[in-house]
Amino acid sequence: MPILLLFSIFLLLRGHYYPGGGFVGGLVASIAFVLHSFTNGTDATMKLLGRKPLSLIPVGLGISAFSVILPLFFGLPPMTGLWVQEKFPLIGLIGSSLFFDIGVYLVVIGVVLTILFTISLTDD
Amino acid sequence: MTGNHILASVFIHLFIAIFQLIAWRKTVTQRILSVGGALVGLIIAIVLFQQVYLHGTYTLNAANWAAPFGIVFVADLLSATMVLLTSIAGFSVSIFSSMGISRQRMLYGYFPIFHFLLMGLNGAFLTGDIFNLYVWFEVIIISSFVLMTLGGRKQQLEGAVKYMAMNILASMFFLTGIGILYGITGSLNMADLSTKIQEVENRSLVGITSVFFILGFGIKSAVFPLYFWLPSSYHTPPSAVAATFGGLLTKVGIYAMLRVNSLIFIPDDFTKKLLMTIAVLTILTGAFGALIKTSVRRLFSYLIVCHIGFMVGGIAMFTKAALIGTVFYLIHDIMVKTNMFLIAGLIRQLRGTMSMEKLGGLYREYPKISLLIAIVLFSLVGIPPLSGFWPKIYLFRDSFSQHQYVYIAALIIGSLATLYVIAKMWAEAFWKETPPGITVEDKFGPLPVYRKILLVLPIGILGSVSVYIGINAETIIQVADRIASELIDTSSYIQAVLKK
Repeated sequence: MPILLLFSIFLLLRGHYYPGGGFVGGLVASIAFVLHSFTNGTDATMKLLGRKPLSLIPVGLGISAFSVILPLFFGLPPMTGLWVQEKFPLIGLIGSSLFFDIGVYLVVIGVVLTILFTISLTDD
Repeated sequence: MTGNHILASVFIHLFIAIFQLIAWRKTVTQRILSVGGALVGLIIAIVLFQQVYLHGTYTLNAANWAAPFGIVFVADLLSATMVLLTSIAGFSVSIFSSMGISRQRMLYGYFPIFHFLLMGLNGAFLTGDIFNLYVWFEVIIISSFVLMTLGGRKQQLEGAVKYMAMNILASMFFLTGIGILYGITGSLNMADLSTKIQEVENRSLVGITSVFFILGFGIKSAVFPLYFWLPSSYHTPPSAVAATFGGLLTKVGIYAMLRVNSLIFIPDDFTKKLLMTIAVLTILTGAFGALIKTSVRRLFSYLIVCHIGFMVGGIAMFTKAALIGTVFYLIHDIMVKTNMFLIAGLIRQLRGTMSMEKLGGLYREYPKISLLIAIVLFSLVGIPPLSGFWPKIYLFRDSFSQHQYVYIAALIIGSLATLYVIAKMWAEAFWKETPPGITVEDKFGPLPVYRKILLVLPIGILGSVSVYIGINAETIIQVADRIASELIDTSSYIQAVLKK
């Protein structure tokens, strides 16, 4: 599971120039949680998450939407990519589109887990 | 002119929806957010309309990509007017839903979806890119599916399946049309397409593509013979939902037709004849359908179909006066049709039924509310000086000068049928005594006063807008006149987008 989560974050960060990004990363991360729920039961995974996966959706949407309107405060049209000039170690350039991807990542995890947990919980 | 703020009316609804998702299951917070946010949205729309009216078209290049390559958002007068109307209708429906929607539906996310729908509508009116228009259509459709099925009664699901099947078909036609269009011109920007399409040599291919668009938008705006999904699905969801659908969704189709036919496919003789035939048949089938219905909401659904025909006929003539009539009718129709379904919802609250046979005695028990409703019904029928009267004058006058006598006949039949069914409804629901042997289920009477106000206020707001449109018709005609001339001579739109 930790490996899968690490891999999902790798995919998330890689997404700007290579295949990958928030959507794929989110899917891989949710697979990690799904596998956890297969082995330890859904209730254990819910405990691990600490909160309902549903609450990830508005947070992710909020981050994405914020990154969309962020350029407005600099007098640029919405959705313009803003980039920090210096490179960070490991991650590379950081821009507003990274926040958009993080938002997508969270939304995907939230949606997938909500759907799967709803199905598996009613089976009990 | 570039203006980075024109998408504000889209973002406001996005953020309302997000905050409402955070307040999941807290229905009171959601209601306050919805009404407050819709009010802010309305103010934004008024400001936008004022700016566009005074300073001309605003454009916005999304992500700072220059015009023919990136996605452009354009607020010309037509778009700004549509956004304004959407916001007025959205605000009223939002107030009405805070009382008229059951708590159960609110718990399952009625309000966030409602605001996503409004976001989609505003986006569709503001975009200047044909593929982006398709994306906004999808946003609208997905939200409306959820709104229509929310509650999950069998009848609702049945209506939703028809609605979904037809709308997916419409999207397919629309998307195919876009694909061919991109294939022959290599552009998706509507202003850019408008110049490039004239250089295409294969005119018959262009003609076929335009038929794809007419089919796609025709299904969405419910014209003959593609309208049958509308009356069979609009009476199933709660009235507040039906009000948004009836007032706004079919009009998106008309808006798209106006936009595409003015910019890309300027109607030739064949298209004009096709549209005119469709219009006449739509009016007639809608009118005859309305004559035989006894449920108030089904009757209104057929009236929507009938009046869509009026507007399509105006587009078919494609002269300035006819377009003035169409645009004016569009303005009038959005306000009145939204209000009609809210009224149907109120009648249900008052009497527990919407079948005309079981209704009665409303006028004696609620004279003030009946008077308010009467004003709305009069403006629907088009009694001068109320709002339905003026656009018809333009449509009549121009169809005489264009020798479209069949259309005139259809207009007269359509108007008479409207008058007849509304008179019948008035007599049955308001004047007639309550039929014997029927127990009246009045949910409205015992409600506390503020709740009553929340139910009646939106009808009052929309009603007063209708009255304003009627009495102050000169101003509206000026606006419609400018929109019509912008639709006929699109050079200012193209210049604003491409900055040439």
